[in-house]
Formats: sequence, structure tokens, C-alpha cells
Amino acid sequence: MPMRKVMKANEAAAWAAKLAKPKVIAAFPITPSTLVPEKISEFVADGELDAEFIKVESEHSAISACVGASAAGVRVFTATASQGLALMHEILFIAAGMRLPIVIAVGNRSLSAPINIWNDWQDSISERDTGWMQFYAENNQEALDLILIAYKVAENEKVLIPAMVGFDAFILTHTVEPVEIPDQELVDEFLGEYEPKYAYLDPARPITQGTLAFPAHYMEARYTVWEANENAKKVIDEVFAEFEKKFGRKYQKIEEYRTDDADIIFVTMGSLAGTVKEYVDHLREKGIKAGAAKMTVYRPFPIEEVRALAKKAKVLALLEKNITFSVGGALFQDFSRALINESEKPKIVDFILGLGGRDVTFKDLDEALAIAQKALAGEEFDEVNWIGLRKEIL
Amino acid sequence: MAVRKPPITTREYWAPGHAACAGCGCATALRLATKAFSEAMEEKYGDPNAFAIAQATGCMEVVSAVFPYTAWKAPWVHVAFENAAAAASGVEAAWKKLGRKGKILAIGGDGGTADIGMQALSGMLERWHNVVYLMYDNEAYMNTGIQRSSSTPYGAWTTTSPPGKYSIGEDKPKKWVALIAAAHQVPYVATASIGNPFDFVKKMKKAAKVDGPAFVQVQCTCPTGWKSPLEKGVEIARLAIETGVWPLFEIENGDLWNIKIQSPGGGAKVKREGGRVVAIEFKKPIEEYLKLQGRFKHLFKQPEAIDVMREQIKAMWKVLGVDVTLPKPEE
Repeated sequence: MPMRKVMKANEAAAWAAKLAKPKVIAAFPITPSTLVPEKISEFVADGELDAEFIKVESEHSAISACVGASAAGVRVFTATASQGLALMHEILFIAAGMRLPIVIAVGNRSLSAPINIWNDWQDSISERDTGWMQFYAENNQEALDLILIAYKVAENEKVLIPAMVGFDAFILTHTVEPVEIPDQELVDEFLGEYEPKYAYLDPARPITQGTLAFPAHYMEARYTVWEANENAKKVIDEVFAEFEKKFGRKYQKIEEYRTDDADIIFVTMGSLAGTVKEYVDHLREKGIKAGAAKMTVYRPFPIEEVRALAKKAKVLALLEKNITFSVGGALFQDFSRALINESEKPKIVDFILGLGGRDVTFKDLDEALAIAQKALAGEEFDEVNWIGLRKEIL
Repeated sequence: MAVRKPPITTREYWAPGHAACAGCGCATALRLATKAFSEAMEEKYGDPNAFAIAQATGCMEVVSAVFPYTAWKAPWVHVAFENAAAAASGVEAAWKKLGRKGKILAIGGDGGTADIGMQALSGMLERWHNVVYLMYDNEAYMNTGIQRSSSTPYGAWTTTSPPGKYSIGEDKPKKWVALIAAAHQVPYVATASIGNPFDFVKKMKKAAKVDGPAFVQVQCTCPTGWKSPLEKGVEIARLAIETGVWPLFEIENGDLWNIKIQSPGGGAKVKREGGRVVAIEFKKPIEEYLKLQGRFKHLFKQPEAIDVMREQIKAMWKVLGVDVTLPKPEE
């Protein structure tokens, strides 16, 4: 029987790691994800998880050790956030280029300066071009489930690229919720033992990994990372379906909420999706035809699902806790790309909000709604809008 | 007819066909190091192949692993410039969990070790991974075209320490990474040279056989970067030992009070007290070493700079607990 426990998302991530049985974990503490390696240390200390835990001297070495261990042919895990993820940046490209199915738990946090430990998605969004898959959890249950799913997808032979699972700093990392911990036997059936086909360091069959490629081969190597991301789109659907069958919880790349007859659809990720669903209920009571959509999978970017979603709305209102300077949010670029050649498309309005842990309230969403309604009415509107900005302190 | 046993295994792990420059001293070092490792693994585990290599970006990496070719006949992985020690930590941890017997060899040049890789190296040594870290020290960033590193010796020309009206060339003394490694109190630290290949092999075997981390810093010549004759690599390296420029020593279990200094040869007079080397009177002047290399050519127009070098070498030996006399060339 699955066990229900009240826990923080950090603990849920540690439980997911325990259930996935990685052989090597390498981690360095950083707020807000510190509890993940702490909890895993306890599991290892108590003999509940049979793994080597490398207490590295930096996040750079954490991911480097993960690459070394994964290249040696074992399942690996690490957790980080913010500057720690940024310190891993260089090696993230290498992990994807070497096609190693590493999984990272990311407690999504803002980036310096100014130093700020609270939630936004700038850390993982900044890594969107590394070749890694990216999943975002709405709640603590999803943090656990998506880590198991991430392993299953990453280790698929058609994919073999690493994945990160993001969950919002403090909003999830430090907030307790009931979480269902699946049975170990079921997880074992779902994931199986990791058997590397191409990445191993075995003296009986020596191979060379991490080579130099001249111009004659570099593009092709990068193309395979592109191809793997393309392949992952289908594999993710298959794994979601298998997960639902085994554990009863349904996942979709884009989860829709009351979108069928919506004029305005609010699109967001992570824990904000919960707030937005509630806000949509509140608008519906007032007779406003609004819907919500949650991006569970951000990379590979679900273009087909975005196009299907766009067909349902007159306005797509993107709520983003990240910023791409001079452009808007990252989602704004991605949605624009997905829809640019569509013959009929909704207006897209971008909202930057909640940076550095700023609360996102119904009042903020009202501000966004008013702008989205201007777009709906065919009036002039700003494409990029900073919501909840305290202009008096500027 | 009796056949003499070769002095070292005929097994090759660094295969011919790599793209290193003619006369590359580091290629020699890597070939010998892997042979030594193989012998050690055979003696310790009964399996000559029981090792894997994690290597830093650098000249020895780019010349040995150009896709779709490889010069490596051992399991080998390269990740980046600064993290050979961290990657090796991961490989070692994975092997432990896989129940695989053997040892990991991490390889980095002086840039990837003394500079950008210093933190990862310190972490690996401190965490006591069962890894031998081999620093092949050609005393500059040769892969990027001969820029100074913190391991470049005083006075040397490099493209970023050019001699000029206001410059003597590199103006800082060499950083001695072996002593930093020893400060981690690891089981085994040594310096070696391709100028004494038997000693190098012996030390690599010893390093490979200890339980826990070990560090070996081997000086190897770079004809391109040192502007030295292709065929004189071993001779130049031997002169570095014989003139006092390159000390050979071992430190076990981080015992800095008991650094085992080796006799340099070349006619040097070694004074011992209670078995411990306390003074060396070198017979060959450092000029004999310097004059074979274009990177030191400008110094001969400013002999006072060579005197500064002599003082720095004495100071370095003093750290090792040895009082040295360095002769000037006969007028």
C-alpha cells in the first residue's frame, strides 16, 4: 500500500531519489534545496538507500562527479538551485552532449544580484538551451512523481538526455503537504535497474567518452541532442500514460483547466498554476470566460500542445516568473515561435510577475486580467507587462 | 637464447597514432604512467586492465581523443578543463557501487591542475577518493598556445609573459602543487620527471597501489612551448634534476617533516643527517638547463635575472628542508 506522509517538496524530492535508487549522489548545499541532500544523507546513513554520497566542495564538482559516475554507467542524482545551478551551467551542456541521463532536483530560486533566496524560475529558465529536459511541479506530490518520470524518460534509449525537475523555492520546498509515497516494488517495476548501453567505463570493453569533435562532426553531435529532445516529446506521453496506469495520477505536458469555452487563457508553470486555477474559478463566478493552462513540461517545448491550446482562446495571457531582457519572458518567445505561422492565432500578452519571491495575489492577477481584456476588446495593449511593480521605490 | 624481460610491460594503453607534437615529453609521460598503472593493477588485483582514466581538457586530451578516433586503450572520459578530479570522484564512487576492483587515474596539465582545477583537486584529495591524480607539468598553457600558468617558472618567456623593456618574462616563482597536495595529508605525493623514467614508473606504481588518494607531479618537456630541440626532451628534463631546478621527492601520509629527497645525480654532493638529506651541493649550473631552451634565451643578456632565479630555487629547496649551493658557470 502506498504510504501518505506530510512533507515538504524537498523531502518529496529526496523520497523520489530514494525510490529511484541512484548509485551515486553528489550534492552541495544551497538554499532552498539544502534539505534534499540532508534527507538523502539520512537515508544513506540509516541504510535505507544503498548509494555513494559524494559531499562535494561545490555545485560545479557535484555535476562533474555526476557526469563521471553516469559515464561509468550508474544512475545518479543531485539537487541544487539558483547560483548553484548557474555554477553547473558549463557542465550541463556537457552532460546533454554526452547523452547522460542525469536527473537534478531544482528548488527554483532567483539569481543575484541582488542576492535573493526566494522563488522565481530564472535559474532553470536560464538553462533552457543546454539540451536538458525541464519539468515543473505544481505541488509536492508532483515534485516526487516528476522526478520518477524524469528518470524514466531520460533513460529511454531514444532519449538519453538529462532532465531537471523544478519546484518553487519556499512555496513548495519548505511547505508541508500530504504526499503519497508509491510502493517501492511498483517504482522498481516502473523504472527498473538502469542498464547503460552506451555509457560505461569498463576495462573489459574500453571506450572513449567526451571526445573532441572537429567541424566535420560537431554539428551532427549537437543534432543528436536536438533529435533526442524531439523524440522525448512522444516518450514523455508514453511515460505519463504508464505512470497514470501504475500510480493513478495523470500528467500532461500542458494541463488545461476550464479552457473549453474560454476567451482568455492564463498560462503559467509551477506552484502559480494552483493560484491561477482558483482565480479562474473566481472569474467564472463573475461570468468572465477565463481558463488556465499549466506547463508541466517546458523542455522539450510542447509546440503541438501549445497550438492546440491557442485554438481555444482569443487571448493567451502568459504569467512568467522570469525575464529575458529586452524581449519579455521566455514563454513569450516560445509561444510566439509556436504560433508565428498559424493562420489564426490568439493575441499573446506577457506578464512578468512574482520575481524574487514577490507574492502573486488575486489583485495582481486582476491587473493582468485588465490588460488581457483590453487585448480581447481589440484595444491597444502592451506586449510585456511588469505586474505588481512598486513604482514608488523606483 | 635467453630473452631479457622488458623493464616495463609491453602492454600499451596510449596507442600510437595520437596527434601530439614530435618530441612531446608529456606523451612519453602518459605512456609510461599507464604502463606503470597496468603493472600496479596486475600486482594488486591480478588484472592489468583494472583502471579507468578521467582527463582534463588540455593538449594531451585534444591530441588523443579526436572523434571518431581514440588513442586510448583503457576506459577513458573527458568532461572539462577544471574538473578531472571531480569527474574522477564520480567514476570512483560508481566503481565502488558496481563492486569493480581497481583504481581511477585522473590526468591534468598544469593549467587544469595548478590553476582552474585546484578546487576540484583539493576536494577530491580531501574526500579521500581512491584516485591517483597525475599532473603533467609542461609549465604553461600549451593547448591554447603557450600562455603562462601559475606553474610557469620565473624568467620563462610565454605569450602572456613576454620579455620586454619592462619585463623579464614570467615574474613570479613557480607554484608547487605537490606541496599543496601533501597538505591534504594524503597517503602519497611525489614529484617525478621524464628525465628519470624508471623513477617515474616506480612512483606511479606506488601511487596506484596505495589505498586512498595520491598525487604525482611529473615535469615533462614541451619542445613547442619551451622552444627546445625535439630530440633533447629527456636530456633537458634530466638537466633540470641535475642542476637543482626540479627536485625529486616523495611525501607519505602528509608528513611534511619527512620529505624524502632524492639524490639529483650530475655529480652533486649530497649531505645527509640521520638518513635525511639536509644539503646538496650542485655541480652543474642552472645555465646548462636554461641554455637548451629558447624560452630562457633572453635571460642570458641579463645574468642578474638568472641570479634571481638561483635565489628562488634556493628558497624553494629551503621549504623542502634542504640547504643547496648552486654554482655559477665558470667564467
